[in-house]
Amino acid sequence: MQAKAKATKTSNLIPGATGDWEVVIGMEVHAQVASQSKLFSGSSTAFGAEPNSHVSLVDAAMPGMLPVINSECIAQAVRTGLGLKAAVNLRSVFDRKNYFYPDLPQGYQISQYKQPIVGEGEIEIDVDGEAMRVGIERLHLEQDAGKSIHDQHPDYSYVDLNRSGVALMEIVSKPDLRSSKQAQAYVTKLRTILRYLGTCDGDMEKGNLRADVNVSVRKPGDGLGTRCEIKNVNSIRFIGQAVEVEARRQIDILEDGGKIDQETRLFDPGKGETRSMRSKEEAHDYRYFPDPDLLPLEMTQQYVDDLKQHLPELPDEKRARFMKDYGLTAYDAGVLIAERERADFFEAVAKGRDGKTAANWVINELLGRLNKDGHDIGDSPLSAKQLGGLVDLIATNVISGKIAKDLFEILWTDGGDPAEIVDARGMKQVTDTGAIEKAIDEIIAANPDKVEQAKAKPSMLGWFVGQVMKSSGGKANPAAVNEILKKKLGIA
Amino acid sequence: MQVDEATVRRIARLARIKITDAEAKSLEGELSGILDWVKQLDEVDTANVEPMTRVVPIELKQRADKVTDGEIADQVTANAPMTEDHFFVVPKVVE
Amino acid sequence: MTDLTKLTLAEARDGLAKKTFSATDLTRAHLDAIEAANSALNAFVLPTPDHALAQAAESDRRIAKGEARPLEGLPLGHKDLFCTKGIRTTACSRILDDFKPPYESTVGQNLWDAGAVMLGKLNNDEFAMGSSNETSAFGPVISPWRRNGKDGNPSTDKLVPGGSSGGSSAAVSAGLCLAATATDTGGSIRQPAALTGTVGIKPTYGRCSRWGIVAFASSLDQAGPIAKTVRDAAMMLKVMASHDAKDTTSVDAPVPDYEAALTKGVKGLRVGVPKEYRVPGMSKEIEDLWQKGIDWLKAQGATIHEISLPHTKYALPAYYIVAPAECSSNLARYDGVRYGLRVPGKDVTDTYENTRAAGFGKEVRRRILIGTYVLSAGYYDAYYLKAQKVRTLIKRDFDLAWDKVDVVLTPTTPSPAFAFGEKSGDPIAMYLEDIFTVTVNMAGLPGISVPGGLSSEGTPLGLQLIAKPFDEETLFRAGQAIETAAGRFDAGAAWWTGAAGARSQQAGAKAGKSGGKS
Repeated sequence: MQAKAKATKTSNLIPGATGDWEVVIGMEVHAQVASQSKLFSGSSTAFGAEPNSHVSLVDAAMPGMLPVINSECIAQAVRTGLGLKAAVNLRSVFDRKNYFYPDLPQGYQISQYKQPIVGEGEIEIDVDGEAMRVGIERLHLEQDAGKSIHDQHPDYSYVDLNRSGVALMEIVSKPDLRSSKQAQAYVTKLRTILRYLGTCDGDMEKGNLRADVNVSVRKPGDGLGTRCEIKNVNSIRFIGQAVEVEARRQIDILEDGGKIDQETRLFDPGKGETRSMRSKEEAHDYRYFPDPDLLPLEMTQQYVDDLKQHLPELPDEKRARFMKDYGLTAYDAGVLIAERERADFFEAVAKGRDGKTAANWVINELLGRLNKDGHDIGDSPLSAKQLGGLVDLIATNVISGKIAKDLFEILWTDGGDPAEIVDARGMKQVTDTGAIEKAIDEIIAANPDKVEQAKAKPSMLGWFVGQVMKSSGGKANPAAVNEILKKKLGIA
Repeated sequence: MQVDEATVRRIARLARIKITDAEAKSLEGELSGILDWVKQLDEVDTANVEPMTRVVPIELKQRADKVTDGEIADQVTANAPMTEDHFFVVPKVVE
Repeated sequence: MTDLTKLTLAEARDGLAKKTFSATDLTRAHLDAIEAANSALNAFVLPTPDHALAQAAESDRRIAKGEARPLEGLPLGHKDLFCTKGIRTTACSRILDDFKPPYESTVGQNLWDAGAVMLGKLNNDEFAMGSSNETSAFGPVISPWRRNGKDGNPSTDKLVPGGSSGGSSAAVSAGLCLAATATDTGGSIRQPAALTGTVGIKPTYGRCSRWGIVAFASSLDQAGPIAKTVRDAAMMLKVMASHDAKDTTSVDAPVPDYEAALTKGVKGLRVGVPKEYRVPGMSKEIEDLWQKGIDWLKAQGATIHEISLPHTKYALPAYYIVAPAECSSNLARYDGVRYGLRVPGKDVTDTYENTRAAGFGKEVRRRILIGTYVLSAGYYDAYYLKAQKVRTLIKRDFDLAWDKVDVVLTPTTPSPAFAFGEKSGDPIAMYLEDIFTVTVNMAGLPGISVPGGLSSEGTPLGLQLIAKPFDEETLFRAGQAIETAAGRFDAGAAWWTGAAGARSQQAGAKAGKSGGKS
């Protein structure tokens, strides 16, 4: 790890009894490669199968079995490297990482040690409106292990090798992160990029994306402190909590005059603390050496360039384009690009329409409602076509903004075509100024005292607008109502 | 002695092979003897030599991403000393 | 009827074609020979008579229909390092226990698809580690050869058949099978062949598939045949070799018709004689044999050239770093979880430690520990990396030699067969057995051992030929030339069916069924 000499934001410092502390965080993210079959065997990677049914003789490490590499996994790793603006190493080597565990049938994991497939890169993240760059150290391919179940029996563990041999990308960041929020933003952004690329589905609940969080603390300006690794944190929320809890733990020890033991820890969300993973022996000696069953992987520049040409538009590019082409704010664009499906939905709505209006409806109405009802954009009850139709009706003044909200509700619960519904239910906006004038005159006539007050207090206009809207069943065009009322009330 | 008893025990632990005290003692001599003998490689100047990374001058062959294997849980567990419902059963792992 | 067990593979192929005898006759003759011999020689760890007779019957059906495949009906022995579907495979180790693979090795499948018959699984040094077949969990293999005794009778000293493929070499030279499969990592085909007067070829690394063969050292292991003649070896290799998509270290190149190479002769062939193979303390009879080989080839039109392979002496120590390193990792899967022996312990770690201590023999444990050590933190550069660099230099020595010569001639072993226990005291003394053969594995080249003569004790001596990658044809050409000049060497009368014939036949019958496990 290089100690990066960064100016530390004062707001990220953690106050302690002996002064302020800086927390230094590096992340190792394990992302399951999106592929049909495993990295070195032809068994399925699909989730949730019967025990040991997605296991071949190779996965079970039978005598005489040999690995054969999956070409799509290589492509996915390269795509990811390109998405992280990283150097792709045309020559890389697979090494064996040797250790014993029941869910590691070969007694070694095929991984990459000194010559990984992808080198240094970076990700841009946004925390509280501030952009920062987080360095990527490397990305390599490796096999996942199987699963051991320890709580079914007091004396025995049960081993299922379905996951054993599934391809993982281990993405190692540089220790550039300085707060729990930055750590969360980093993983969130990384996940978005992977989902955009289609190289990992980022499903943290299924364990397809897991983070090992390395945390150390120091007084600003000092060298790096001893770090502890918190393994297998599987939600963004827990990442934030784990960082804070661990930083606090280390600070307390150091302030008491103790020293930090370098160790592996687990985050216990229930107790809100990290605890040491007691391992029986000293530090692991993995005895890495190049796997003699696999030749070095050599790719051509042409191969990498071809993959680069066919990469989908990445989140940062899309956000910049949304800001430019649709005139959106960085914030709004950021919300829309957080998921590729969301961005695609927005663009379908915005096509041929005003971008800002489309953004407003997607962000403030649709996303809010989806979240409340527990949907995601993939199973939205409202289609982009329907929402677009609604936006059209507003743009052509057929309905008012307020009526549009009612229409939204109807589309949400009952579905249908927006224009037809507006027709059928008589939701059209009243723009006929004659009718509006008539309604206004009636209200002015009925409320002379309020008319007097309005002269002194122009904010009374709102009350009058409300009354007119009420009397018109909400259909009067609010702009026209405002204008005419101002004239009649004599307000500027 | 290139390899002392403590090292022998450490290596045996890494290799997950239980050794008796007597074995540890005799392995000290045997392993040291072999390691002393192979040390003659130091005589060879390998300053600008690449380690052999491939024996045959061919490229790493790849396979297409298709499901062509698995669904053989019976075969995979048939030789196991202890199984239950196609799980491999092992004595408890002490974390 | 002629003793069918005295035929060569090629003669048997002819005999079947001419319908002089049937495949069933052939197989029965060999099964009988195995029964008679196995308690004395212990070459087979698992005879499979029912399986063999069923295969032979199928062969007879095909021969009758005129649909004979290349090795139709020919009975073979199969080293117990090759996984056989539904048939116990142990690598001659306790740790595999009663393992019955649900799959067949590619090399094995090639042979059965060609119509060959499997008589049973052959003994070997445990996990292919050894040069005398003294480390097998099933007990040692005794060579059918005996030294000349003092009073004109053969000495009763039990001689080693070489290793690790000792079961293969003993079985072929004792007439228990027409040919056998074997594997070679540091000399385990060629050295046993040399010690038993048989022909053994280790093809180029990548010529045969390693899929389904219990792995010892992945960058060195190769399958190959042990047979009675050079022609027989050519017949076997033609079928054993293939590209295998399941083994990405196997080469995608057509397999030549090796038999056709046999008649090509050696006129104009440039034969290299490496001066570094003349090692200090080399016995005169080995030197004499080597000179005889040179003379034979010269007489048949080859030219002889002295060459230098300067890094020769470093091949053996480099091998004893690389091979143990790879094996320490390859043998990590033997943990008692998914197959084989499990010796329970108080938790899983204890179980691993108990199982592997009980399941692995002394030599295997020693090599695993060496391998673990040379890969461990702080030692990798000094040992493993260094050895792999030396390997590059060893290969380079040969690459430079191929500019000047087409084939290299050396003795196969530094001495003839020794008796049991003569070398098992000091591991290094045993390792030196491979001093001439190991360079070939380290460079990934093909090598053959052809019987060249007898020692003063009346035991076989072999000559080794080494060729360029994938040039096995040159090995067969030159090997045939030597065989033509040297003749064939027979182990002599089957002493195990001598005076104590009846008794040993009965004992043989029992041992045959139980696989002779000791």
